[in-house]
Amino acid sequence: MVKRIVVGAHYGLRDWLVQRITAVIMGGYTLVALLWVVLAHPVDRHEWAALLHERPVRIATFLFVLALCWHAWIGLRDIFMDYIQPVGLRLTLQVGVILTLLAEVLWSAEILWG
Amino acid sequence: MKFSIYRYNPEKDERPYMQDYEVALQPTDRMLLDAILRIKAQDDSLGLRKSCREGVCGSDGMNINGRNGLACITPLQGLTEPVVLRPLPGLPVIRDLIVDMGQFFKQYHSVKPYLETTSPPPRKERLQSPEDREELDGLYECILCACCSTACPSFWWNPDKFLGPAALLQAYRFIADTRDEATRERLDDLDDPYRLFRCHTIMNCVEVCPKGLNPTAAIGKIKGMMVKRMV
Repeated sequence: MVKRIVVGAHYGLRDWLVQRITAVIMGGYTLVALLWVVLAHPVDRHEWAALLHERPVRIATFLFVLALCWHAWIGLRDIFMDYIQPVGLRLTLQVGVILTLLAEVLWSAEILWG
Repeated sequence: MKFSIYRYNPEKDERPYMQDYEVALQPTDRMLLDAILRIKAQDDSLGLRKSCREGVCGSDGMNINGRNGLACITPLQGLTEPVVLRPLPGLPVIRDLIVDMGQFFKQYHSVKPYLETTSPPPRKERLQSPEDREELDGLYECILCACCSTACPSFWWNPDKFLGPAALLQAYRFIADTRDEATRERLDDLDDPYRLFRCHTIMNCVEVCPKGLNPTAAIGKIKGMMVKRMV
Protein backbone atom coordinates (compact mmCIF):
# COMPACT_ATOMS: atom_id res chain seq x y z
CA MET A 1 0.00 0.00 0.00
CA VAL A 2 1.28 3.47 -0.83
CA LYS A 3 2.23 5.42 2.28
CA ARG A 4 -0.07 8.40 2.20
CA ILE A 5 -1.79 10.39 4.90
CA VAL A 6 -5.42 9.59 4.31
CA VAL A 7 -8.12 11.87 5.62
CA GLY A 8 -11.60 12.74 4.43
CA ALA A 9 -13.87 10.14 6.03
CA HIS A 10 -17.04 12.21 6.02
CA TYR A 11 -18.38 11.44 9.44
CA GLY A 12 -16.74 14.21 11.46
CA LEU A 13 -19.80 16.39 11.88
CA ARG A 14 -22.24 13.51 12.31
CA ASP A 15 -20.31 11.96 15.17
CA TRP A 16 -19.63 15.30 16.82
CA LEU A 17 -23.33 16.10 16.72
CA VAL A 18 -24.35 12.64 17.93
CA GLN A 19 -21.98 12.95 20.88
CA ARG A 20 -23.67 16.19 21.92
CA ILE A 21 -27.23 14.94 21.44
CA THR A 22 -26.56 11.73 23.36
CA ALA A 23 -24.94 13.78 26.14
CA VAL A 24 -28.11 15.88 26.42
CA ILE A 25 -30.26 12.73 26.58
CA MET A 26 -28.06 11.21 29.28
CA GLY A 27 -27.91 14.46 31.23
CA GLY A 28 -31.70 14.88 31.12
CA TYR A 29 -32.35 11.31 32.20
CA THR A 30 -29.83 11.52 35.04
CA LEU A 31 -31.32 14.77 36.29
CA VAL A 32 -34.88 13.41 36.28
CA ALA A 33 -33.76 10.14 37.89
CA LEU A 34 -31.90 12.00 40.65
CA LEU A 35 -34.88 14.25 41.23
CA TRP A 36 -37.14 11.22 41.55
CA VAL A 37 -34.77 9.58 44.04
CA VAL A 38 -34.68 12.75 46.14
CA LEU A 39 -38.45 13.36 46.01
CA ALA A 40 -39.90 9.84 46.05
CA HIS A 41 -37.14 8.49 48.23
CA PRO A 42 -37.48 4.84 47.19
CA VAL A 43 -36.27 2.50 49.89
CA ASP A 44 -36.80 -1.04 48.69
CA ARG A 45 -36.60 -3.14 45.55
CA HIS A 46 -40.37 -3.17 45.28
CA GLU A 47 -40.57 0.59 44.72
CA TRP A 48 -37.77 0.52 42.12
CA ALA A 49 -39.42 -2.37 40.29
CA ALA A 50 -42.76 -0.56 40.32
CA LEU A 51 -41.18 2.50 38.73
CA LEU A 52 -39.45 0.47 36.03
CA HIS A 53 -42.73 -1.28 35.32
CA GLU A 54 -44.12 1.92 33.78
CA ARG A 55 -43.81 1.87 30.00
CA PRO A 56 -42.57 5.52 29.62
CA VAL A 57 -39.86 4.85 32.21
CA ARG A 58 -38.77 1.71 30.40
CA ILE A 59 -38.60 3.54 27.09
CA ALA A 60 -36.70 6.46 28.64
CA THR A 61 -34.27 4.07 30.33
CA PHE A 62 -33.70 2.16 27.11
CA LEU A 63 -33.13 5.45 25.29
CA PHE A 64 -30.59 6.33 27.98
CA VAL A 65 -28.76 3.03 27.44
CA LEU A 66 -28.74 3.55 23.68
CA ALA A 67 -27.41 7.09 24.12
CA LEU A 68 -24.76 5.86 26.55
CA CYS A 69 -23.55 3.13 24.21
CA TRP A 70 -23.48 5.37 21.14
CA HIS A 71 -21.66 8.07 23.12
CA ALA A 72 -19.17 5.53 24.48
CA TRP A 73 -18.55 4.15 20.99
CA ILE A 74 -17.57 7.55 19.60
CA GLY A 75 -15.38 8.34 22.63
CA LEU A 76 -13.59 4.99 22.54
CA ARG A 77 -13.09 5.17 18.80
CA ASP A 78 -11.51 8.60 19.24
CA ILE A 79 -9.14 7.16 21.84
CA PHE A 80 -8.19 4.28 19.55
CA MET A 81 -7.58 6.75 16.72
CA ASP A 82 -5.16 8.64 18.93
CA TYR A 83 -3.34 5.79 20.61
CA ILE A 84 -3.59 2.69 18.40
CA GLN A 85 -1.77 3.27 15.15
CA PRO A 86 -1.70 -0.22 13.50
CA VAL A 87 -4.89 -0.37 11.41
CA GLY A 88 -5.50 -4.10 11.97
CA LEU A 89 -5.28 -3.85 15.75
CA ARG A 90 -7.44 -0.71 15.76
CA LEU A 91 -10.13 -2.39 13.70
CA THR A 92 -10.08 -5.48 15.95
CA LEU A 93 -10.49 -3.29 19.05
CA GLN A 94 -13.28 -1.33 17.39
CA VAL A 95 -15.15 -4.49 16.48
CA GLY A 96 -14.65 -5.70 20.06
CA VAL A 97 -16.13 -2.49 21.45
CA ILE A 98 -19.08 -2.61 19.04
CA LEU A 99 -19.89 -6.21 20.03
CA THR A 100 -19.58 -5.42 23.75
CA LEU A 101 -21.82 -2.37 23.48
CA LEU A 102 -24.37 -4.28 21.38
CA ALA A 103 -24.42 -7.02 24.02
CA GLU A 104 -25.04 -4.37 26.67
CA VAL A 105 -27.95 -2.92 24.70
CA LEU A 106 -29.51 -6.38 24.30
CA TRP A 107 -28.92 -7.20 27.94
CA SER A 108 -30.58 -3.92 29.01
CA ALA A 109 -33.58 -4.73 26.79
CA GLU A 110 -33.84 -8.12 28.40
CA ILE A 111 -33.69 -6.62 31.91
CA LEU A 112 -36.31 -4.00 31.06
CA TRP A 113 -38.75 -6.19 29.14
CA GLY A 114 -37.68 -9.73 29.93
CA MET B 1 19.36 37.71 34.89
CA LYS B 2 19.50 33.91 34.81
CA PHE B 3 18.44 31.78 31.87
CA SER B 4 18.26 28.09 31.15
CA ILE B 5 18.13 27.44 27.42
CA TYR B 6 17.48 24.29 25.40
CA ARG B 7 20.48 23.46 23.26
CA TYR B 8 20.69 20.89 20.52
CA ASN B 9 22.89 20.73 17.50
CA PRO B 10 22.14 17.43 15.72
CA GLU B 11 25.52 17.54 14.01
CA LYS B 12 27.41 17.63 17.31
CA ASP B 13 25.16 16.65 20.22
CA GLU B 14 23.99 13.17 20.94
CA ARG B 15 20.96 14.48 22.80
CA PRO B 16 19.47 17.86 23.76
CA TYR B 17 20.57 19.53 27.00
CA MET B 18 19.78 22.68 28.98
CA GLN B 19 22.49 25.32 29.20
CA ASP B 20 22.60 27.97 31.92
CA TYR B 21 23.40 31.57 31.13
CA GLU B 22 23.70 34.69 33.22
CA VAL B 23 23.49 38.01 31.50
CA ALA B 24 23.83 41.60 32.71
CA LEU B 25 20.91 43.59 31.34
CA GLN B 26 21.06 47.21 30.25
CA PRO B 27 18.33 49.70 31.15
CA THR B 28 17.15 49.66 27.54
CA ASP B 29 16.55 45.90 27.61
CA ARG B 30 12.83 45.53 28.11
CA MET B 31 11.76 42.50 26.15
CA LEU B 32 12.94 38.91 26.32
CA LEU B 33 14.42 39.11 22.84
CA ASP B 34 16.75 41.91 24.02
CA ALA B 35 18.13 39.57 26.68
CA ILE B 36 18.45 36.66 24.25
CA LEU B 37 20.43 38.87 21.88
CA ARG B 38 22.78 39.74 24.76
CA ILE B 39 23.22 36.01 25.37
CA LYS B 40 23.86 35.49 21.68
CA ALA B 41 26.54 38.18 21.85
CA GLN B 42 28.21 36.06 24.58
CA ASP B 43 27.70 32.75 22.81
CA ASP B 44 27.10 33.03 19.10
CA SER B 45 26.48 29.31 18.74
CA LEU B 46 22.94 29.80 20.10
CA GLY B 47 20.43 29.41 17.27
CA LEU B 48 17.13 31.27 17.10
CA ARG B 49 14.91 32.96 14.54
CA LYS B 50 14.01 36.62 14.79
CA SER B 51 13.25 39.46 12.47
CA CYS B 52 10.90 42.37 13.10
CA ARG B 53 11.33 42.45 16.89
CA GLU B 54 7.84 43.90 17.32
CA GLY B 55 5.44 40.97 17.19
CA VAL B 56 4.56 41.19 13.53
CA CYS B 57 6.72 38.64 11.71
CA GLY B 58 6.05 35.77 14.10
CA SER B 59 9.51 34.23 13.77
CA ASP B 60 10.65 34.23 17.40
CA GLY B 61 7.91 31.98 18.79
CA MET B 62 9.30 29.83 21.60
CA ASN B 63 8.32 28.17 24.83
CA ILE B 64 8.97 30.65 27.64
CA ASN B 65 8.76 29.26 31.17
CA GLY B 66 6.42 26.57 29.89
CA ARG B 67 4.17 28.85 27.87
CA ASN B 68 4.41 29.58 24.15
CA GLY B 69 4.94 33.20 23.19
CA LEU B 70 6.93 35.64 21.10
CA ALA B 71 10.21 36.64 22.72
CA CYS B 72 10.10 40.14 21.21
CA ILE B 73 6.85 41.13 22.92
CA THR B 74 7.32 39.26 26.19
CA PRO B 75 8.40 41.79 28.85
CA LEU B 76 11.41 40.72 30.93
CA GLN B 77 9.70 42.16 33.94
CA GLY B 78 7.56 39.51 35.54
CA LEU B 79 9.47 36.49 34.19
CA THR B 80 10.52 34.12 36.97
CA GLU B 81 14.19 33.14 37.04
CA PRO B 82 15.83 31.17 35.70
CA VAL B 83 13.88 31.88 32.56
CA VAL B 84 13.51 28.50 30.87
CA LEU B 85 13.51 28.75 27.07
CA ARG B 86 12.67 25.79 24.87
CA PRO B 87 11.73 25.45 21.20
CA LEU B 88 8.02 25.35 20.33
CA PRO B 89 6.81 21.92 21.44
CA GLY B 90 5.65 19.24 19.03
CA LEU B 91 7.68 20.27 15.98
CA PRO B 92 11.03 18.73 15.00
CA VAL B 93 14.00 20.74 16.26
CA ILE B 94 16.46 21.90 13.61
CA ARG B 95 18.84 23.49 16.09
CA ASP B 96 18.45 25.00 19.58
CA LEU B 97 15.32 27.21 19.49
CA ILE B 98 14.75 26.75 15.75
CA VAL B 99 12.01 24.31 14.78
CA ASP B 100 11.01 22.86 11.44
CA MET B 101 7.73 24.60 10.59
CA GLY B 102 7.14 22.40 7.51
CA GLN B 103 4.25 20.43 8.99
CA PHE B 104 2.61 23.60 10.31
CA PHE B 105 2.72 25.32 6.92
CA LYS B 106 1.60 22.18 5.13
CA GLN B 107 -1.61 22.27 7.16
CA TYR B 108 -1.95 25.99 6.53
CA HIS B 109 -1.61 25.52 2.75
CA SER B 110 -4.14 22.68 2.78
CA VAL B 111 -6.99 25.03 3.74
CA LYS B 112 -6.37 27.05 0.54
CA PRO B 113 -5.79 30.36 2.30
CA TYR B 114 -6.80 32.52 -0.63
CA LEU B 115 -10.07 33.66 -2.20
CA GLU B 116 -11.61 31.15 -4.55
CA THR B 117 -14.11 32.48 -7.05
CA THR B 118 -15.99 31.08 -9.99
CA SER B 119 -17.95 34.16 -11.09
CA PRO B 120 -16.27 36.43 -13.66
CA PRO B 121 -14.20 39.13 -11.99
CA PRO B 122 -15.84 42.58 -11.87
CA ARG B 123 -14.24 45.48 -13.71
CA LYS B 124 -12.66 47.01 -10.63
CA GLU B 125 -12.73 44.83 -7.53
CA ARG B 126 -14.92 42.51 -5.48
CA LEU B 127 -16.70 44.70 -3.00
CA GLN B 128 -17.76 43.95 0.55
CA SER B 129 -20.06 45.82 2.89
CA PRO B 130 -18.48 47.19 6.10
CA GLU B 131 -20.57 44.68 8.09
CA ASP B 132 -19.30 41.76 6.03
CA ARG B 133 -15.77 43.04 6.36
CA GLU B 134 -16.19 43.23 10.14
CA GLU B 135 -16.66 39.46 10.23
CA LEU B 136 -13.00 39.11 9.27
CA ASP B 137 -11.78 41.01 12.33
CA GLY B 138 -10.01 38.69 14.70
CA LEU B 139 -9.19 36.33 11.83
CA TYR B 140 -6.95 38.11 9.38
CA GLU B 141 -4.53 39.36 12.06
CA CYS B 142 -2.90 35.94 12.50
CA ILE B 143 0.87 36.13 11.93
CA LEU B 144 1.38 32.35 11.68
CA CYS B 145 3.87 32.20 14.55
CA ALA B 146 2.63 28.68 15.42
CA CYS B 147 2.39 29.46 19.16
CA CYS B 148 -1.22 28.18 19.16
CA SER B 149 -0.88 25.00 17.14
CA THR B 150 2.23 23.92 19.05
CA ALA B 151 0.38 24.44 22.35
CA CYS B 152 -2.46 22.18 21.23
CA PRO B 153 -2.38 18.56 22.48
CA SER B 154 -4.52 17.46 19.53
CA PHE B 155 -1.89 18.90 17.19
CA TRP B 156 0.93 17.20 19.13
CA TRP B 157 -0.89 13.92 18.70
CA ASN B 158 -1.95 14.17 15.05
CA PRO B 159 0.09 16.96 13.42
CA ASP B 160 -0.23 15.23 10.06
CA LYS B 161 -4.03 14.88 10.16
CA PHE B 162 -5.41 17.56 12.48
CA LEU B 163 -5.10 21.02 10.95
CA GLY B 164 -4.37 22.79 14.22
CA PRO B 165 -5.85 26.07 15.47
CA ALA B 166 -3.83 28.39 13.20
CA ALA B 167 -4.89 26.65 9.98
CA LEU B 168 -8.49 26.37 11.21
CA LEU B 169 -8.59 30.08 12.03
CA GLN B 170 -7.49 30.74 8.44
CA ALA B 171 -10.00 28.20 7.13
CA TYR B 172 -12.76 30.18 8.82
CA ARG B 173 -11.26 33.46 7.62
CA PHE B 174 -12.06 32.36 4.04
CA ILE B 175 -15.34 30.63 4.89
CA ALA B 176 -16.46 33.89 6.50
CA ASP B 177 -15.34 36.02 3.58
CA THR B 178 -18.42 36.99 1.55
CA ARG B 179 -16.28 37.34 -1.58
CA ASP B 180 -15.24 33.69 -1.48
CA GLU B 181 -17.34 31.30 -3.56
CA ALA B 182 -16.05 27.93 -2.40
CA THR B 183 -17.80 27.68 0.98
CA ARG B 184 -19.32 24.29 0.20
CA GLU B 185 -15.99 22.77 -0.84
CA ARG B 186 -14.28 24.31 2.19
CA LEU B 187 -16.84 22.83 4.59
CA ASP B 188 -16.72 19.46 2.81
CA ASP B 189 -12.95 19.44 3.18
CA LEU B 190 -13.22 19.89 6.95
CA ASP B 191 -15.94 17.30 7.56
CA ASP B 192 -13.56 14.61 8.72
CA PRO B 193 -12.92 13.11 12.14
CA TYR B 194 -9.39 14.54 12.13
CA ARG B 195 -9.01 17.75 10.16
CA LEU B 196 -11.44 19.85 12.20
CA PHE B 197 -13.09 17.56 14.71
CA ARG B 198 -9.90 16.61 16.54
CA CYS B 199 -10.36 19.95 18.31
CA HIS B 200 -11.65 19.11 21.78
CA THR B 201 -12.01 22.75 22.89
CA ILE B 202 -8.97 22.62 25.17
CA MET B 203 -8.42 26.32 24.38
CA ASN B 204 -4.64 26.39 24.86
CA CYS B 205 -4.61 28.25 21.54
CA VAL B 206 -6.65 31.11 22.95
CA GLU B 207 -4.51 31.15 26.08
CA VAL B 208 -1.20 31.60 24.25
CA CYS B 209 -2.03 33.60 21.10
CA PRO B 210 0.29 36.64 21.19
CA LYS B 211 -2.14 38.59 19.05
CA GLY B 212 -5.09 37.88 21.35
CA LEU B 213 -7.02 35.92 18.71
CA ASN B 214 -9.56 33.20 19.41
CA PRO B 215 -9.18 30.14 17.15
CA THR B 216 -11.60 28.15 19.34
CA ALA B 217 -14.40 30.59 18.56
CA ALA B 218 -13.62 30.34 14.84
CA ILE B 219 -13.68 26.53 15.07
CA GLY B 220 -17.04 26.77 16.87
CA LYS B 221 -18.38 28.95 14.06
CA ILE B 222 -17.26 26.44 11.42
CA LYS B 223 -19.05 23.68 13.34
CA GLY B 224 -22.13 25.91 13.60
CA MET B 225 -22.13 26.47 9.83
CA MET B 226 -21.80 22.74 9.22
CA VAL B 227 -24.76 22.02 11.50
CA LYS B 228 -26.78 24.76 9.81
CA ARG B 229 -25.97 23.28 6.42
CA MET B 230 -27.00 19.82 7.53
CA VAL B 231 -30.30 20.50 9.29
